[in-house]
Amino acid sequence: MPKPNRSFDKSLWVFHVNTGSCNGCDIEILAALTPRYDVERFGIKLVGSPRHADALLVTGPVSRDMVDKLKRFYEQVPDPKEVIVVGSCGISGGVFHESYDLAGPVDRIIPVDVYVPGCPPRPEAIIDGVVKAWMKLERLRGENR
Amino acid sequence: MADEIIHFVEIIIGVFLVAVFGMIFGLLTKGIDRKLAAHMQWRVGPPVIQPFLDVKKLFCKENVVPRNAVAWLYNVAPIVCLTSVIAILLYIPMGSIPPILKGYGDVILILYLLTIPSLAMVAGGFASGSPFATVGAQREMVLMMSYEFPLATTIIALGWKISTLYPGEAAFSLTTFTKYPVWNIMGPFGIIGAIILLVVMILVTTGEITKVPFDIAEAETEIAEGVFVEYSGRNLGLFYLADAVKTVVMASLIVALFFPYNLSTYLGSSIHLPSIAWNAIDFLFYLLKLEIVIFFSMTFIRVSVARFKVDQVVKVYWGYLTLAALIALVLIALDILL
Repeated sequence: MPKPNRSFDKSLWVFHVNTGSCNGCDIEILAALTPRYDVERFGIKLVGSPRHADALLVTGPVSRDMVDKLKRFYEQVPDPKEVIVVGSCGISGGVFHESYDLAGPVDRIIPVDVYVPGCPPRPEAIIDGVVKAWMKLERLRGENR
Repeated sequence: MADEIIHFVEIIIGVFLVAVFGMIFGLLTKGIDRKLAAHMQWRVGPPVIQPFLDVKKLFCKENVVPRNAVAWLYNVAPIVCLTSVIAILLYIPMGSIPPILKGYGDVILILYLLTIPSLAMVAGGFASGSPFATVGAQREMVLMMSYEFPLATTIIALGWKISTLYPGEAAFSLTTFTKYPVWNIMGPFGIIGAIILLVVMILVTTGEITKVPFDIAEAETEIAEGVFVEYSGRNLGLFYLADAVKTVVMASLIVALFFPYNLSTYLGSSIHLPSIAWNAIDFLFYLLKLEIVIFFSMTFIRVSVARFKVDQVVKVYWGYLTLAALIALVLIALDILL
């Protein structure tokens, strides 16, 4: 895996995957991009293709139909990459817990680095989740050194 | 023989310097653009050095080549794109510094060279073997065909005026444009024509550097970044750099055609400084002019409006802008006849 350099902390491009969420978390993610929170000042940018992304922002409890798509999204992101789960659904299934159509929380399908709890989490919490992701990158740098 | 070798070495050093300048200033311009756009939207915005960090990050990411891509073309396209834009920069004067390849080419050559980056993007898009990229590449071709005619009309109108006034000069050479600034040689009709041509040129620039509202080829909300959908890591970084340099190239072209004024020609007689200092001042003045042109052709338009549909883009370029350019051509023709 290529070694992440320091510029990762200041230029994290994010791809947003909705795996069957109710759009609550998705709107909070968009709220983080608005002038009030403005995550672009930290270099965080929402990109349109998983190939450009450094982090996968997953919302929703993963319905059966989304399993293979989620795996493919994960595989399409070039290394080094990380996965941030936003919202209670992705962590435990949330209100959809034990539903017949659930393929499980996100971490049953792809490896997850950061969990952001909340239904939906506040934009501050999402920004805090991204900061936690930076801490993981710092650890990666330490391991590779 | 010795002169030729010195000339050759000079060109090589010059090419290196221009390439470094183009990339650094292009990225800085992108940063300034993002900062200004953020302020216009009441945001703080990323730091001005953000594009440098982005490129640094992209260059250390994994470089994925899809299984059904044409690997050699897919990898060569970004390099062709970047080198061809840098090549255009070699023909454009910067302030009072003459172009590196002075005397080897004129505006017509620049017109042809400007299609190569777009063609490289089209080739890269088709080579990546993704339906999104194919759609993006087709849209890029449509865009290219649309803005080519108004652009050519603009340059021909200006060259025509110069060739009738000064038959002895090389009409399409950028040094001639610098020697006789457009606004000094035009009559009343010509001035109106030149203003129309300037507006046309600014809108063509927006399309040439594929920014909103003409970014149909990279529409991230419709076709997932279009031509670049499969690109990642180093290749994406090269395209990013090429885009940055292309912004500088197009703005330099506008500055060279419409605002070739230098401070040294006007203040040189009253303030006495060594010529190297004047070169530096002219160069800084040229950078200022670039930033102003880029603000109006990119940042201002990009923040003000939303994206056009494909057919609307064609209508704007082939309909309104071509019509405006032809009217300007007629006005300049009147100016020549009267």
